[in-house]
Amino acid sequence: MDGLVISGTDNITLTAREAGLVGCTHCARVWSIDTAVCGRCGATLTSRDPKSLSRVWAWWIAGVLAYIPANLYPILRTKTLFSEEESTIIGGAIDLFTNGDRGVAAIILFASVLIPVGKFIAVAFLALGAKRASNLPGHHRHVLFEIVEYIGRWSMIDVFVVAITSALVQLGSVASIQPGPAALAFALSVIFTMLAAQSFDSRMIWDRIEEEKVSE
Amino acid sequence: MSEFEHLIACPRCDALYRAARPKTGERAVCHRCHSVLIAPRVGASVRMVALSISVSILLIGALFLPFLHIERSGLGNSSSVFDVALIFAHGIGLPLVLAVASLIIVIPLLRALLVIYAVGPVVLNRNVRPHAARAFRWSETLRPWAMAEIFVLGCAIALVKIVDLATVDFGPALWMFSALVLINVFQDSFLCKWTVWSSLEQTT
Repeated sequence: MDGLVISGTDNITLTAREAGLVGCTHCARVWSIDTAVCGRCGATLTSRDPKSLSRVWAWWIAGVLAYIPANLYPILRTKTLFSEEESTIIGGAIDLFTNGDRGVAAIILFASVLIPVGKFIAVAFLALGAKRASNLPGHHRHVLFEIVEYIGRWSMIDVFVVAITSALVQLGSVASIQPGPAALAFALSVIFTMLAAQSFDSRMIWDRIEEEKVSE
Repeated sequence: MSEFEHLIACPRCDALYRAARPKTGERAVCHRCHSVLIAPRVGASVRMVALSISVSILLIGALFLPFLHIERSGLGNSSSVFDVALIFAHGIGLPLVLAVASLIIVIPLLRALLVIYAVGPVVLNRNVRPHAARAFRWSETLRPWAMAEIFVLGCAIALVKIVDLATVDFGPALWMFSALVLINVFQDSFLCKWTVWSSLEQTT
């Protein structure tokens, strides 16, 4: 691997903190440990953010709270000539499934139920694992973090689908679709969980990996 | 400013390295967490700025041109993103409109403009503008919040959902959004943050 010369011995990587330095998490520039603001990009520097976990939990709780009304209230109100119906996230997916659009129903269920719930569990697991011993080896925790960070934004797809369908289906009395309160609650839940994952300081995962190595 | 300039700390895992520019086209990857740290390409900055300019033009077009057209029983409706925003901009729809519009138009556009502002002068060999590094940092912070590609997939799903209800056609804005997604993928493959950061630092 060209371009990087590892600092430290062959097995143990030297971290910026161990070298008495602090690395900028935005632009990777290195400063002496008592520097407060990155001189290159202006980001606030912290070697390890002690408040990071409280922020993660705060956003996590907000995300879970918003997810409850997102499932209880209707996400779509459909009016046609003869009928008016309201559907929730899960109810709508079940309707789609029975109407034969199984692929679409699967995508909706995956993006609006499986990913959000999986994310709540994964973020909670990572936050707990940052302090305590955990069964999952550190490298797997790192992979889990990458997945959570990458996949979280895709949950927003259901909000877009609701916005697009309701924008299009405005055909006067023949058919009209309106977004329900759950659409907003769901959007907020996705935003809060993204913020929870972003608040997590991934360097803590690696600190624990090194501790595990030493204790072995 | 030159203190520790030769060092680089992995933003993910804090591993410390002595940075040296790899050969063009090669990538320097963190030994521990495998994040790509340095990946210089020929003409990367020029491409970044050029693609950002195309993104801004596409976004403004996509805002006003119709993206889908629907028809049933002689009643038609074609809507641009802008029309949609106007329809729902009252009551409980307003916060939803603001959220969706920010995610698919405002934030992607802001990112493109920030990149043009920060990297543009570097390409033209001019002096770096004030706060250029800050602008580039903001554009990177906003990256996960620019959701054009998710919106395109959303269009496809919405299409399948309402195809029973009415006939639906694609409008030009949808193609523009699709082009946008391709450009984004392409642009990311050319982005070497380390090169951009160092070029912003040298001229300050």
